[in-house]
Amino acid sequence: MRASILKQSKFLIASVQGSMTDADLVQLREELSAGVRRYRSIGVIVDVTMLDVMDSFAVRTLRGIAQMVKLLGAECIVVGIQPDVAFSMVQLGLTLEGTMTALDLEDGLDLLKARDGGEAARHD
Amino acid sequence: MTEPGELVVPIKADVDVLTVRQHARSLVSGLRFSSSELTLIATAISEVARNIVIYAGRGEIVLRLVQQGKRRGLAVIARDQGPGIADIERAMQDGYSTSRGLGLGLPGSKRLMDEFEVVSEVGKGTQVTMTKWER
Repeated sequence: MRASILKQSKFLIASVQGSMTDADLVQLREELSAGVRRYRSIGVIVDVTMLDVMDSFAVRTLRGIAQMVKLLGAECIVVGIQPDVAFSMVQLGLTLEGTMTALDLEDGLDLLKARDGGEAARHD
Repeated sequence: MTEPGELVVPIKADVDVLTVRQHARSLVSGLRFSSSELTLIATAISEVARNIVIYAGRGEIVLRLVQQGKRRGLAVIARDQGPGIADIERAMQDGYSTSRGLGLGLPGSKRLMDEFEVVSEVGKGTQVTMTKWER
């Protein structure tokens, strides 16, 4: 598969490679759901910095990943959408509504940590 | 015979969606397309190639460098002998899909390109012709 998944403390970071086939995307979805359960992860970041094209199938699969991760009780953030890709998505009429996004991996991790911190504070 | 500046890429599996995108990028490398326009072209090609895989199972995409006066461009002809589209007008509306799609494939691709035409006959197949011109 052309994506790598890295476990970093309570988070999973999936880095998507330049070109993913439909099968690659579906496999990523399956491995992420297995990963969230196995590691009891509370957050997932899908880094699409390297993705050169986001067509309707890719967007639908990403939305599906985000919704599924949410149902498993974790947060999902898509990071690194390139400006050209974002422009093309808008023209095509595609949105990632309901899915959190961040500029890059660093911002995405900050966002997850802030939400984790907020939760912890409320539990005190 | 394939002329120079023309490529015929067979489409029969999802991996061919990537292949045809890569061929298009290298074919237009000599043209003055911005990186943003290249992404629009690649995305539109991805959508029509995916339509072939999903609806027809197999088909082909012709990539052709075209010229109109001083303007150069890329023509993309996606054709298959699949089931065809019964109601093209509806298929060109946002949100209309008969499969697992988002229903943005055809109308979306039209917005990404400069020229766009669909010819289809039920039981015979579908041909999408779309062109992007240099600015």
